[in-house]
Amino acid sequence: MDSGILISQSDKRPIYLQIIEQIKRRIALGDWSEGQPIPSIRQLAVDLQISVITVKRAYLELEREGVIVTQQGRGSRIAPTPGLGLRLHQEELQKHLEHAARLSALLGIEQKELETRLREASDSLAAKEDQ
Amino acid sequence: MKNLAIQLDGVGKKYRYFTLDNIQLQLPPGQIMGLIGPNGAGKSTTIRILMGLIHQDQGEVRVLGHRMPAEQVAAKWDIGFASEDMRLYDVMTLDWHMRFIRSIYPQWDPAYAQLLLKRFGLMAEQKIKGLSHGQRVKATLLLVLARRPRLLVLDEPTTGLDPVARHEILRELTAVMNDEGRSILFSSHNTQDVEQISDQITFIDRGRIIDSMDKEAYLDRWRRLRLEAPTGIELPALPGVISIRQTGRLAVATSNEFGPGIARAYENSGARVQTIENMTLEEIFVAKVELSREEHQEVGA
Repeated sequence: MDSGILISQSDKRPIYLQIIEQIKRRIALGDWSEGQPIPSIRQLAVDLQISVITVKRAYLELEREGVIVTQQGRGSRIAPTPGLGLRLHQEELQKHLEHAARLSALLGIEQKELETRLREASDSLAAKEDQ
Repeated sequence: MKNLAIQLDGVGKKYRYFTLDNIQLQLPPGQIMGLIGPNGAGKSTTIRILMGLIHQDQGEVRVLGHRMPAEQVAAKWDIGFASEDMRLYDVMTLDWHMRFIRSIYPQWDPAYAQLLLKRFGLMAEQKIKGLSHGQRVKATLLLVLARRPRLLVLDEPTTGLDPVARHEILRELTAVMNDEGRSILFSSHNTQDVEQISDQITFIDRGRIIDSMDKEAYLDRWRRLRLEAPTGIELPALPGVISIRQTGRLAVATSNEFGPGIARAYENSGARVQTIENMTLEEIFVAKVELSREEHQEVGA
């Protein structure tokens, strides 16, 4: 199975984080569904031409977060948790919202204004999509 | 330790102008180790010692469980060794070399050899003297890879290759890891290759090992912090920070033992942490070599 994962050399983040993010995104988009088997650690390392230890680290982290499960001798699969894709979607959104909140605090923007700006951004996006 | 692919313990070798000092190395099976060091650091000497080509003055060397150099004949059935100065016969064809190696090593895999010929874009009927540098390197690697040895020892396998050839070789090396029983040790001064495919990394400089460990854990310990320090604030010297460079209000700190405590300590001193960045293996290597040379000079002075 082709994982479809692509490691970018110009991406400043460590490779294991790139793997985590891309696997989560595939689940969030529904490309990979709950309970589905995914490539073994060794197989993915060979496919991506990277070290086994890097993939292992990504899988351990994903396991800790409850995104995948690994059974000795039976390989790894997406956790069979109903609604996992939706949860990952929400987490991603939450991360961006927190980032925006942190930035506005840094710039001294008040909460009310942040709310207004968010509404405006959402409206202008909707307007663009209508065109 | 059980079943290590490579184990060097307290290995030393003295030359008139160069000393290899107290080398400790361990490579578990199923892993790739990248050996990084400047020119003349001792990479090739270390590799030659573990191949039994040079005899150490002191220390223990075990390769696939065999004591070296005493048991090198037995060990070499299962080791594939390739280096720059390995000579192929110029007037003979690649095919002649393939048949020659096949006649010696019963494990030779003819189907894999044919596949490698195609993947490397080589022609078996071509004479060695007509090959480019890159083709020669690939031909040498084909001859060791097709034996499917349990341990590959490669001295600078990607040096002087174009990006496509480099990529082809890295792909074959990582493909070896499909088999958990096989291991690779390779030296390089291309830190990007090492960062990409190694499970273990070893830095060597001036005949000494300055770091050797799990690559992920190692990369994780290093960070660069960009700080903003208002005028009049003095940045504290912190344990785990190996250098700090300040110009005006901005400062860059490099940590080799990073933890959240370091960022907090700077914040508490009145500075602001702007960003915390990961470092590439190359950046880490340069910082580490500089640090190690400073420390060594202080001790020597």
